[in-house]
Amino acid sequence: MPSQAIDEFLAEAEELLEKLNQDLATLAEAAEGGKSNPDLVNGIFRDAHSIKGLAGMFGFTDVAELAHHLENLLDHLRLGKIAFDNNLVDCLFDTLEGVSGLISGKADNPEFSQDLSPYLTRIEHLLGGQPSAPEKGLDELDIDPSMLAVLTEYEEHRLQENLQQGKFLLVVKVAFSLLSFDTELAELTEAIKRDGEVISTLPGSNDDPELLAFKILCGSNLDVQGLRQQLGQPDLEIDLVTAPSSVQQVATAPVPAPEKIPQAELDLPTPQPAPEPANSDAGTVRSFSSSVRVDIGKLDYLMTIVGELALAKGAISQLCNEMQLNGVSQSRELEKAVHVLDRRLHDLQVGVMDVRMVPVRQLFDKMTRIVRRMAQELGKKVKVEIHGGDTELDKLIVEDLADPLMHIIRNALDHGIEPADQRAAIGKPETGMLVLSANQKGNHVVIEVSDDGKGIDPELLRKKGIEKELIAADANLSRQELFGLLFHPGFSTRDEVSEFSGRGVGMDVVKNNISALSGLIELESEVGEGTVMSLTLPITLAIIKALVISICDTDYAIPLNSVQETLMLDEDSIQTIEGREVMELRQQTLPLLRIDQLFQLSAKDTPQGQFVVVAGFADKRLGIVVDELRGQQDVVIKSLGGALSFVKGIAGAADLGNQKTILVLDVGGLIGETLQLDGVIGV
Amino acid sequence: MKRILVADDSPTMRALIISTLESLDDFELVEAANGFEALRKLPQGKVDLVITDINMPDINGLELVSFVRNNPLYQGTPLIIVSTEGSARDREKGLALGANAYLVKPFQPEELQQLVSQLLN
Repeated sequence: MPSQAIDEFLAEAEELLEKLNQDLATLAEAAEGGKSNPDLVNGIFRDAHSIKGLAGMFGFTDVAELAHHLENLLDHLRLGKIAFDNNLVDCLFDTLEGVSGLISGKADNPEFSQDLSPYLTRIEHLLGGQPSAPEKGLDELDIDPSMLAVLTEYEEHRLQENLQQGKFLLVVKVAFSLLSFDTELAELTEAIKRDGEVISTLPGSNDDPELLAFKILCGSNLDVQGLRQQLGQPDLEIDLVTAPSSVQQVATAPVPAPEKIPQAELDLPTPQPAPEPANSDAGTVRSFSSSVRVDIGKLDYLMTIVGELALAKGAISQLCNEMQLNGVSQSRELEKAVHVLDRRLHDLQVGVMDVRMVPVRQLFDKMTRIVRRMAQELGKKVKVEIHGGDTELDKLIVEDLADPLMHIIRNALDHGIEPADQRAAIGKPETGMLVLSANQKGNHVVIEVSDDGKGIDPELLRKKGIEKELIAADANLSRQELFGLLFHPGFSTRDEVSEFSGRGVGMDVVKNNISALSGLIELESEVGEGTVMSLTLPITLAIIKALVISICDTDYAIPLNSVQETLMLDEDSIQTIEGREVMELRQQTLPLLRIDQLFQLSAKDTPQGQFVVVAGFADKRLGIVVDELRGQQDVVIKSLGGALSFVKGIAGAADLGNQKTILVLDVGGLIGETLQLDGVIGV
Repeated sequence: MKRILVADDSPTMRALIISTLESLDDFELVEAANGFEALRKLPQGKVDLVITDINMPDINGLELVSFVRNNPLYQGTPLIIVSTEGSARDREKGLALGANAYLVKPFQPEELQQLVSQLLN
């Protein structure tokens, strides 16, 4: 199989897996209430079925086998042959994870495989000893045999279910224009579903070749008249197949729905104009899907090109200015052309950027699954709530965020949320809440993980800090500074290592990961109330506007989205508090940072410290003392690579276009260094 | 030139079927991502063969087969159901409804090629 085809398989499988995860999570919620949703279960079944089919075609027999068992389990569920409970949901989640693991293994190495027996044994165990309930013969029903003939085994089962639940079985007969039948049918189906279930939709021909006839077999709480009333169509052709045997089942229709309801066959007016032009030339092998999958590497390449174009434009613009100064004729026209170029380039940049954006929901859904699993293993009850799942972030940031976020969540579950009995004893609801929220603020996205657990006591942190000799016994630290200790390497408030959080990764690593994304991590906590961990991240790292500054004859870039203002430096206004330089800015203390000292640079002969760049996010800020402000520029940040990635305070390097490469300062990291670890010894 | 309609909700599966058939000469392939799209594409030009999956989100493959077999315009059009090995009942039903063949995924490319050549000539 060509590798490109395998890539396609992987992409589609990944999409299916993501959808499965999401749907299973929804199903799990329904499981809590002991209710199943046939449409959802069938959708999940179909996706598992698709994965099995695809994997089989690509010769991935292990994936196909496991997917087959997953499908089998779902098949039993949708056919009502097995009980719907938490045990089943867990098994579904685990098997799905097994399938995911196999597929992601194949992505790196098509030969990858794994022992499937634990999964298979568990499924067999679940399926064993569950005799299927006998179902009535459908032949006795007064249904058009042509309708029975097209029912899949699943649809037959749904029909049985509806019979057992004492629903009216009805056949709605409609005809719709060939041009718009799908939307009209979808509306009708939605309306029917409000009081019932659509079991099968059989298309048929009509005398008018422009029309398609449909027979919709449905189970409903409403009788023929009731359904007509509900659909707002008193003349709709509906056949009664069977009425519930019990007399009290006769239902009346609720108030007719306000939505537009499709016309019935009998009084159908002339076919409506098509909502979109019909494609008369359908003989094409083009794909009809409106979306394409793209390797993120290709988008990176495009972004780099856009960045280089921006640099080239900068050079033209510079030339244009010089020409104007020299009074060259036509430089005005050139200037106008440069403006147009600038605008279009901006549109291009925004466009390419937009393609990279993905909703954080994908990430949150993954986290939900982890919470579920963990809560169970820890024997705690936890409910997850998601807010702002549609907030978009650069795909690469979302990828790199997964691990730190998972660690934060593990901590919240392991150390934050108390076991149910403890919660009950202190008057909290037994089920703990974990809220994942995302929301955009300007060029940043703030992601918050909050729990209603026991919170973090800053005084305990102080004690621990003194014990570990991280702070002096008499150090005067603010609340925030005490919380900052948590992010110090080697700091742990719990002596025994939990299976979940204590995997040798501390919050310091989380902080470094977030810093590597030019992000900032903050913590707020109330003892007994809970903890909020917030991550402030740039929307993208790909291309940014930067302020180019110079310190000790070396140029650096500071991402403009973190620059609040720039000031002339008045040396006299600098004060020293606890050995740290600060200045007063509008009645607030602004800590100063001298990059030359941090990086141990030495100046030749330039005057020191002419300007202060106030950088930061909201109230977390610091003043960076610089020699010169060179101007704004679009830059593409490139990673420094593994060997230099440990250097603190540097986010990467950027090309300025004149064959000059400069370092980009990591404002989030610098703030962390300067503010949160203040007063901490040995940093 | 013969036209083949391929209805399957998996884009990868459609691409596979198409690449399998592309080596045979003189075919025009029409893709449908679901049953509704198949219903819409059928009247848009002569279709010489329909290849359909069973499990699709809107109407299932059996319903599509029934539609084709009961419509005077397409009655004689050969039909192949390509589906992952599923319930034996579904398979029986597909053939009873008038599908010419039922191919179980995973299939060998040659199987599909042979079947298509056979049904079209």
